[in-house]
Amino acid sequence: MDDARPAEPPTPRERFSGGMRIGLGLAFPTFLLAVTFGATARELGWGPWAPVVASVVVFSGSAQFTLLTVLGGGGSLPTAVTSAALINARFAPMGLAVAPNLRGGRLRRAAEGQTVVDGSFVAAHLGGGRFDRERMMGATAVQFVAWVGGTVVGVLLAPPEELTQALGLDVVFPGFFLLLLLDEIRHSRRAAAAAGFGGAIALGLTLAVPAGVALLGSAVAAFIGLRGGPPEDAADEEVAAA
Amino acid sequence: MTTIWVGIAAVAVVSMVMKAAGPALLGNRELPPRALGVIALLAAALLAGLVVVDTAGDFSWPLLAGLATVALARWRGAPELVAIVLGVVVAALLRLPGTLG
Repeated sequence: MDDARPAEPPTPRERFSGGMRIGLGLAFPTFLLAVTFGATARELGWGPWAPVVASVVVFSGSAQFTLLTVLGGGGSLPTAVTSAALINARFAPMGLAVAPNLRGGRLRRAAEGQTVVDGSFVAAHLGGGRFDRERMMGATAVQFVAWVGGTVVGVLLAPPEELTQALGLDVVFPGFFLLLLLDEIRHSRRAAAAAGFGGAIALGLTLAVPAGVALLGSAVAAFIGLRGGPPEDAADEEVAAA
Repeated sequence: MTTIWVGIAAVAVVSMVMKAAGPALLGNRELPPRALGVIALLAAALLAGLVVVDTAGDFSWPLLAGLATVALARWRGAPELVAIVLGVVVAALLRLPGTLG
């Protein structure tokens, strides 16, 4: 469009389908996690509709599991919502990150920002803090279908948690995040340092605070990027941050 | 039941606002280079956090061994899906009765 950046060879449609292919890789773990969510919610007396509606309107595994866990553990509604909000607070910096790559006025950008989810955010990262809008949306579209579909299956079949554990399927979700992480740090020593630092912060914090705070804390590690500017393609000029 | 529905609605609204804030506030302005430097590392830092929180939250040795297998297999050049399947198999084997449990 009106971007001054050098033109990328693939068309937006090709980039969208490229994103869908990445989304397919993420669809399997997403589906499994959604089955677990649907089954657990059913067990905790959510009925058949609430888990499915939650998956459609919240569309965030971490927040939905937090809500489920806190309410199921006898926590109050404000506690549950605050915990889920904290765990999803990571979407604020992620939204800031992708913002320059979205299109349209503020309202449309806000709507496009809804397609930010963990896997797509990473998949769309071109390096140097730039993001591929179409690839992100393609990856998210596939994951949305897997997430909602998995929840429906979980509500209907309600497999016990012990079964997923016995089959080793609890490895799938963190395993895929681990793979994304390996891709992210393979070509950048600074990203590897940020990952090590972020992991250490999260580990230290999980011992003391709820998971949401620990997760948000890991993002602090990215501030080591303040020194020296973007690592790859972006301009090298030394400009003070506003 | 009302509590559940109110909780779902509240979490949905909060999530949407979190995701909408950056794009709505920033518009089409470019971020300063130093901010880009931070954002370039955000994915790595958050992913490491997610893996750690996921693993520590529901900790078991078979899970850890499975994840180590995934990383090792990928590092040695295995395709992504193969790496995941290997990790799953290792975790499942370690959970067979009579092993780590």
